Amino acid sequence: MKNILKIALRNLFRYKRRTILTASLIAIGVILVIVFGGIAKSFKNEVIGTLTNSSLADIQIHKKGYLSSIDNLPLDLNINAGDVNRIEDVLKRNDQVKAFSERIRFGAMISNFSQTTSIRLTAVYPEMESQTCPDLLKRIKKPETDPIHFIKPGEIIVPVNLAKGLNLKVGSDAVLVATNKDGSVNGINLRVNGVAESILGPTGRDGYLHIDDAQSLLRIDNGEISEIAVKIKDFNKLDNVYKQLKTELMSIKDNSGKPLYEISTWEELSPFTSIARIVDLLIIMVRIVLISIVLISILNVMIMSVYERVSEIGTISSIGTSPRKILSLFLVEGFSLGLISGIAGSLLGMIILFLVKVTKLNFTFGRMDISLSPAIPINEILFTILIVVVISIISGLQPALKASRLEPAVALRHV
Amino acid sequence: MSLVKLEDVRKVYQTGGVVTEALKGIDVEINKGTFVSFIGPSGSGKTTLLNLIGCLDKPTSGKILINDMEVGQLDRKDAANFRGNNIGFIFQNFNLLPVLTVYENVEYPLIMVQNVPKNERKERILTLLEKVGMLDQKDKYPNQISGGQMQRVAVARAIVTSPKLVLADEPTANLDHAAAYKVIEIMHNMKSQFGTTFIFATHDSKIVGEAEIIYALEDGLIVDSKIQNSKEKN
Repeated sequence: MKNILKIALRNLFRYKRRTILTASLIAIGVILVIVFGGIAKSFKNEVIGTLTNSSLADIQIHKKGYLSSIDNLPLDLNINAGDVNRIEDVLKRNDQVKAFSERIRFGAMISNFSQTTSIRLTAVYPEMESQTCPDLLKRIKKPETDPIHFIKPGEIIVPVNLAKGLNLKVGSDAVLVATNKDGSVNGINLRVNGVAESILGPTGRDGYLHIDDAQSLLRIDNGEISEIAVKIKDFNKLDNVYKQLKTELMSIKDNSGKPLYEISTWEELSPFTSIARIVDLLIIMVRIVLISIVLISILNVMIMSVYERVSEIGTISSIGTSPRKILSLFLVEGFSLGLISGIAGSLLGMIILFLVKVTKLNFTFGRMDISLSPAIPINEILFTILIVVVISIISGLQPALKASRLEPAVALRHV
Repeated sequence: MSLVKLEDVRKVYQTGGVVTEALKGIDVEINKGTFVSFIGPSGSGKTTLLNLIGCLDKPTSGKILINDMEVGQLDRKDAANFRGNNIGFIFQNFNLLPVLTVYENVEYPLIMVQNVPKNERKERILTLLEKVGMLDQKDKYPNQISGGQMQRVAVARAIVTSPKLVLADEPTANLDHAAAYKVIEIMHNMKSQFGTTFIFATHDSKIVGEAEIIYALEDGLIVDSKIQNSKEKN
């Protein structure tokens, strides 16, 4: 094998210009895959991180049926206090759960005493919410920065668009009017203590208030809530934690034996999931382009190589080289070209990703300030090299088979 | 005792609709350790005959026996194996592998065909390179040596596996007078030393003059044969 490799490599570098051009083409393809993949994944993770850390959390638990009518923010599909405790026991038992936050979500009318408009509200316990969505505070413009007290009873945080429209500023008074689940209307006076910037997603009209005020406004005195938002310790283990929690929660059933609760990851709750899937699709497309480049380049080089060396093939065949060894010689040549190009492209790709990481490429996406910090994706790089090598062997197969099947007498006559 | 025996060997080529009868029934017997030359004009069938004896091609009909083994219908793999262990080839255009040095060219059949251990390989190659006067050029590539030197290397490559038979197709056609005689002398020495049988296809009177048996081919048939003794040769 050592000798086959030696001869294959020497033949490869016999036509230096052609080999370098082909290797460069493949290397550029590899760079494209690694850099695009790295940046796209970094962008995706950054956006997902912002979304989950500032509003969605990693996982949400609702009463069965809530998710399908989430746009209406129904109050008749709340989790009762007894079940809240049961669910929280499940969450506390799971060592991967970092924090969770009880929320009441509802729609209301907000008025500055002269104008009125609709608002979506999330009522929270600030200490629980700030642990579950630690980046929420970064999106709130307010004088108070203590996370435990970012919202107190009697206060409201209004979304920036709505604040502008109603001319509400920190310190302004506002009236909130809402209908409870029994249909009775109630109102409450609140003071604006912060303005929340909207981010990507359905938060353009979302405000925050303390859960005590929501219970008072909606006349909830039995401790029921709309949802429990969950933050986990390691986002990479989301699927596992989701499965574990789902298994436990699905065992809580109603009288008819159906599960009482539903559990969802951020993917089911955010429209960014579609963008994330498009990003994944683009990465696959770039890979397909790379495969095409490798396939055509290696096939071209190997066809040329066999054509130019017909007489040589006749010589080695007449000396007694077996058809299998002739096949190996050409396959190893294609394999080596792929491997060298793949490694060179990967190294350059890693350098480019490292430079992007060091320079911390910043840009704004929606209202999010994205700072790209791509990791060096070792698995991605190994997978890309593997693709290149496998495709190199496949594309070298036809010319190599042709070489091994040449009749020596015919090959020797070739000029 | 005969090394090569051909019985009514015929070869027909069919190219498109054109049928060419290259060999029309050859019967020949060649003994071990002889210098045999096939002569004849272009298209007489010399190279075809050499290709058939060398298992590079299959006869349309007839039998080819080498060392009493029927080799005419060997499959591709067995034919390659047989060639690698029993036959050496010398070509008009030398056919050295350009990416290998002189040493590596001679080493090639020992590695790629016979798997000879490194130490034994080295000893055999260096001895042979010394015999053909190419030891001092062993690290050069074919494009760094002359035609005569290339053919000496080709001779070394052909006999490094100690074949019973060496087939040479116009081995001196591309060489000048002095280089041609040098190559012939080397082949003579190899024959005397190892008892190798050499079969040539040639026009070259220098080689013809050295042959012990001369067969004249014309239109695919042996039309004449001549045995030369050493006195005649001189």
